[in-house]
Amino acid sequence: MEKIKNLNKFTRTNIRAYGLIILAFIVLFPLQSTGIISNSISGQLVPICTYIVMAISLNLTVGFLGELSLGHAGFMSVGAFTGVITAICLQEVIPSAALRLLIAIIAGGIAAGVAGFLIGIPVLRLRGDYLAIVTLAFGEIIKNIINCLYVGVDSNGLHMSMTNAEALGMINGKLIINGPQGAVGITKIASFTAGILLILFALFIILNLVNSKSGRAVTAIRDNRIAAESVGISVTRYKLTAFIISAVLAGMAGALYAMNFSTIAAKKFDFNTSILILVFVVLGGMGNIVGSIVATALLYILPELLREYADYRMLIYAIVLILVMLLTNSEKAKQMRERFVYKWKKRLRKNNDQQEGLKNG
Amino acid sequence: MLRVDNINVYYGQIHALKDISLEVQEHEIVALIGANGAGKSTTLRTISGLLRSKTGSISFLNEDISRTEAYKLVSKGMAHVPEGRRIFLQMTVLENLEMGAYVNSTNIKEDIADVFDRFPRLKHRRNQIAGTLSGGEQQMLAIGRALMSHPKLLMLDEPSMGLSPILVQQIFDIIKELHAAGTTILLVEQNAEMALQVADRAYVLESGRIKLTGTGSELAQSDEIKKAYLGG
Ligand SMILES: Nc1ncnc2c1ncn2[C@@H]1O[C@H](COP(=O)(O)OP(=O)(O)OP(=O)(O)O)[C@@H](O)[C@H]1O
Ligand SMILES: [Mg+2]
Repeated sequence: MEKIKNLNKFTRTNIRAYGLIILAFIVLFPLQSTGIISNSISGQLVPICTYIVMAISLNLTVGFLGELSLGHAGFMSVGAFTGVITAICLQEVIPSAALRLLIAIIAGGIAAGVAGFLIGIPVLRLRGDYLAIVTLAFGEIIKNIINCLYVGVDSNGLHMSMTNAEALGMINGKLIINGPQGAVGITKIASFTAGILLILFALFIILNLVNSKSGRAVTAIRDNRIAAESVGISVTRYKLTAFIISAVLAGMAGALYAMNFSTIAAKKFDFNTSILILVFVVLGGMGNIVGSIVATALLYILPELLREYADYRMLIYAIVLILVMLLTNSEKAKQMRERFVYKWKKRLRKNNDQQEGLKNG
Repeated sequence: MLRVDNINVYYGQIHALKDISLEVQEHEIVALIGANGAGKSTTLRTISGLLRSKTGSISFLNEDISRTEAYKLVSKGMAHVPEGRRIFLQMTVLENLEMGAYVNSTNIKEDIADVFDRFPRLKHRRNQIAGTLSGGEQQMLAIGRALMSHPKLLMLDEPSMGLSPILVQQIFDIIKELHAAGTTILLVEQNAEMALQVADRAYVLESGRIKLTGTGSELAQSDEIKKAYLGG
């Protein structure tokens, strides 16, 4: 106990974040594989994992960098479709599903990272809220491009067209992306275990970044841009690095997400999805990684649990959002919570002392 | 050491600096004085790379820095303490000083101890969040943070702003000490009297132009200066 107290703040956050995820896995994995939890929830495990990765990666941009991004789902989309194309192309070459999934996720991450780089280079040099507008546009543009994109593969390799499936001119080929219908014929190779591993990977990257010298540079930029420059921090470089990492992780999450369904359409990754992820981040607390995880898990499951009350579902959801917002952000609520925690700790200590007393006496 | 040659700086339509040329030799204290809005801060910001000049050139240690990015100048030995106590408000005093050593982190512990020797008030508040420091303490922290990078040229923008007379005196004492220890200083000040006392040379700026230049004592004697800036 003493030891844990003496660890610094960062280490404690790390332990909490990793611990939470590993604990969730230990509890849920047997339940899922033995079929104890209901099918509808079990089917949500991979999406929850991907949304957790989405939320913690967005938190890097919004919470740590202090830049508003309204198109995080756009990166997810780029990763999803790149991942699907990669996985389907490799179907024959690589028989191992796990390895194929891994390669698809990496490909999705790289593609989204390139997109992040192309957006970040012009935008992050500017001061002000340009990023919000540009990422918003990016999300919509990606959605519209994929909506009229046709991709197929045959013995001659990949074919691409923006008009229709016939224009691909394939002989005995396989259609991968079919315009507005999105990707079709995906082999479902995503698994809960892969989801947990991806979360752990994302945590590893983000927590290490935040606690490194570069991470402190990012915090410094958010705190005071001019001061950061005057101590010799390259503002553009660090902003770009953090933004690209955030995009890469979103792309990886997108690839995993797509691999959990047999078909997936571009409209799944629209503005609403971007906002939903932003809601998870804001409710979990800006810059609070553990908060993002908890908020995502709860808010993602909530509508599922409320399915019976179909009529009131969204109403209850909205009320919960407002309550959480008030509880986490109002000064009064914070004070109340602190007082409660303080009393609780005091009582615990008293109990401990009594027990010690009994033992010794 | 620093040579500014014929620079013109604009904020959109506003022509803020007009054909400014100035020079700082090694081991000098040079003061830049002038009324509000004369362009003093703009001059410092242009030298430290936060703003760009449309014409002319700036060289530092015989190297052209007209196009060098601000953050690179720190490792070249230039430190700029911007106007208005630009510290990291959400970090502690100690963390602020550590950030000051961002480009040169060899002897952080000793350097921090040096800063604390110079500013004992900061030592007692080392774990306080910088945003809760008093104005004077924030100014000390801003200067202390700049010292952490071991600058060859230290540019201070109104270090005495908003400080009580005793603190102003302290700040100027520190400027003299730093100078004695070999640091070259370019000082922007509203407090012309104090500035001219410590300065080897000074430039007087008026509406974006250099109006007068001379040694500190010459200018302090000048009738024009007395009337305009020294209240007599
Ligand atoms: N960001 C800006 N945008 C537009 N105009 C500006 C900007 N910053 C400064 N100016 C203008 O440029 C001129 C010079 O400003 P500067 O800050 O250099 O003055 P200063 O000599 O430092 O004054 P002070 O003693 O009040 O600090 C002023 O007229 C000011 O209004
Ligand atoms: Mg000024």
